Amino acid sequence: MPTNGHPKTLFEKIWDNHIVVAEPGNPAVLYIDLHLVHEVTSPQAFTGLREKGLSVRRPDKTVATMDHGIPTTPPSIPISDVMVINQISQLEKNCRDFGIPLFGLDSSYRGIVHVIGPELGLTQPGMTIVCGDSHTSTHGAFGALAFGIGTSEIEHVLATQCLLQVKPKTYAVRVEGALPAAVSAKDIILNLISRIGIGGGTGHVLEYMGSTIRGLSMEERMTICNMSIEGGARAGMVAPDETTIDYIAGRPHAPTGAAWDQTVTNWRSLTTDDGAVFDNEINIDAANLEPMITYGTNPGMGMKITGAVPDPASIKDVSQRQTLIKALDYMDLRPGQPLLGHKVDVVFLGSCTNARLSDLQLAASLLKGRKVAPNVKMMVVPGSQQVKQQAEAEGLDKIFKEAGADWRESGCSMCIAMNGDQLEPGQYAVSTSNRNFEGRQGKGGRTFLASPLTAAATAIAGEITDVRTMVK
Amino acid sequence: MEKFTKLKATMVAMPTDNIDTDQIIPARFLKVTDKNGLGENLFYDWRYHADGSPKEDFVLNTGQGHKAQILVAGDNFGCGSSREHAPWAIMGYGLRAVISTGFADIFRNNSLKLGLLPIIVDEETHFQLMSLIEEEPDTQINIDLKNQTLTLPDGRQVTFPIDQFSKTCILNGVDQLGYLQSHASTIEAYEINHTAPVNTLG
Repeated sequence: MPTNGHPKTLFEKIWDNHIVVAEPGNPAVLYIDLHLVHEVTSPQAFTGLREKGLSVRRPDKTVATMDHGIPTTPPSIPISDVMVINQISQLEKNCRDFGIPLFGLDSSYRGIVHVIGPELGLTQPGMTIVCGDSHTSTHGAFGALAFGIGTSEIEHVLATQCLLQVKPKTYAVRVEGALPAAVSAKDIILNLISRIGIGGGTGHVLEYMGSTIRGLSMEERMTICNMSIEGGARAGMVAPDETTIDYIAGRPHAPTGAAWDQTVTNWRSLTTDDGAVFDNEINIDAANLEPMITYGTNPGMGMKITGAVPDPASIKDVSQRQTLIKALDYMDLRPGQPLLGHKVDVVFLGSCTNARLSDLQLAASLLKGRKVAPNVKMMVVPGSQQVKQQAEAEGLDKIFKEAGADWRESGCSMCIAMNGDQLEPGQYAVSTSNRNFEGRQGKGGRTFLASPLTAAATAIAGEITDVRTMVK
Repeated sequence: MEKFTKLKATMVAMPTDNIDTDQIIPARFLKVTDKNGLGENLFYDWRYHADGSPKEDFVLNTGQGHKAQILVAGDNFGCGSSREHAPWAIMGYGLRAVISTGFADIFRNNSLKLGLLPIIVDEETHFQLMSLIEEEPDTQINIDLKNQTLTLPDGRQVTFPIDQFSKTCILNGVDQLGYLQSHASTIEAYEINHTAPVNTLG
C-alpha cells in the first residue's frame, strides 16, 4: 500500500525510514542499524575516536570479527606475520576498550564478516547496514540497505551511529525464467556485470526482482548481492519474502515470541510498490544463461564458458580497446582463444561470494568419489567457523580431503591474499571469489572468476571445464 | 581533512581506465594500523620491479611525475575495494587532486572526506588535458575550489561539479564528523522514536 501518495521502491522505503536530518543542500544524515567491523579497515577509525576523546555511541549495534588477514591454517600453528598479529591485537584492544562484541580468534562464530552477520541473525530486512568493506552489499539479500564505507566513515558511524549520504538512484534488475541445470547464482551476477560493465551501476542501488530471484535460496541471493559492487553499484537488494523469514527464524539474534510476530509483519511490508518508478532498468532471461567465466582483469570481462576471448581489433572505442589489450597481455591470452581446456594451477573455493554451506555442498557433489587433477592445488576455505562445523557434520570435509583438496579454517584467504594464501606470479586460478584485478590473488597471479560448480569441475579436469559436460 | 582552496601545479597522466584500488595500493600494504608510509607504496606493483627497484618508464618514477600534484586518470578511477588506504596513499605521495571522466562511488566519498579533490571533467576536456601533458609536460594548471574552476595556461576555463557540503568542509579544512555531532539531539530523538523490536545484541 503506497504511502505519501506515490508508489515507492523498497530502497526508498528503507531510505525514508532512516533519515535523521535532511537539510536542503546537505547530504542526508542516515541512521545505521548495524555496523560490522573487521581488523583491517578499523584501526585508524578507533585511533581517531581516541584522539578526539570520543566513545562508541552504540556498541550494542556494533559487531566485530577478524577475517581479512588471519591465516586459514589450523590454530595450533602460531601466526607468523607480525603486522597481522598487531592488527588483531589492535582490534581486540579496541573492542575491549570501547565495549564492542568481538567474534575473535577463539570464537566458534568468527568468520568472514558478510557470512557471520546473516548466520547470526544480525542481518535483517529493512535495516541499514554498513562495514568498512565493499562487499557489505551482500546483506542486501535480506532486503536491507547495506553498503561499504571507508575508514573515515567508520569513525563517523562509531561516534554518532549515523552516516552522511547523498541519495543514490535506483536500478531494477528483473530476472525471469527457469535457470538451466548447472547454472548458478554466480553465473547470473557475472552475466549482469558483463552487460552493464564495472561502472554501469555507479551511483545506483540495484534491486533484483522477478521469478528467478524469488526461486533462489538466501545463500544464492547473497552471492548476487555480494557482487553488486563489482557492477559499480552502491548496494544491491532483494525484497524479503517467506524464504527470508524462514532463514532468519531461530537464529541467535533473531527476535522471538511476540516481538518476532510483530517484526515479521513489518518485514512483509518491505516490497517495492506496484507502479514504483526506477531510474534505470535491465532484464535478464535466466533460461538463456550459461555457466560464466571471466577472461580479463575486471569482473565485467566475463563470457559464457563456451565462449572465446574477444578480439581488441573489433572494439571501436580506443580506451576500451586499450583496456582489453592490457588485460589479455596480463592474462597471457589471445583474441579468439577458447577458455575451455585452459590449464589451471589453483582452484579456490571460498570468499564472501561463494563459501557458504550450499556452495560447499554443490562442489562436494561433483568431487565425491573423484580426485583433484595432479596439476591443480585446490584450496577450500569455508566462509565461517559455523560453515566449517556444519560441513564437517555432513562429511563434506572428507569428500574434499579424499579428493586431494586442502580443507582450511575460515577467513577471506585467497580472495584478497593478505594471509599467505596466494598465487605465485604467473599462476592461473579458477576462483569462486569476486575480483580478478591484476595481482588481486597474489602479485602476478591470474584469476578466472566462476561458480563453485565450475570451480569443482575445473579442479577435477585440471583445466577450465564446462560442468554440463561432466558425467555425473 | 586537509584544507584545499587553490592549487597551481603540474600534472601526471595515467590514461588507463578502471584503475582499481588494488592497483593504487595492493592489499599486502593494508596491514598498517596507522596512515603512514603509504605514499611510498602507491601503485607499488606498477611502479617497482620484483627486486624493489623503480621501473624507469613508469610515469611516477620520471622527474615529471615525481613533482606533479595533480593526477589525470582514465575513467572509473578508484573502482573496487573500499580501502581508504587508496586516497591516503595518493595524498601521501603528494598528489592533491585527481581529474577523471568518472570516479567510483566509495573512492570519491573517501577522497572528499580527506580533502583529496576528485574532479570530474567531460571527455573533451580530459582529452585536452592529456594532450597538454604530452606536448608540454611542465604545464601548470590552476584549480580554484571556491569557484569550481580549472584554468589552463591559455586561459581556457572549465567548471567542475562538487556538492556544496563537501566543498565547504574542504575549503575550511573541517572534518565532516563535526556536522554529524552537531545533530546529537536529533539523533537521540530518532533513536527514541525508532526502537528496534528487540535489541539484537542483547
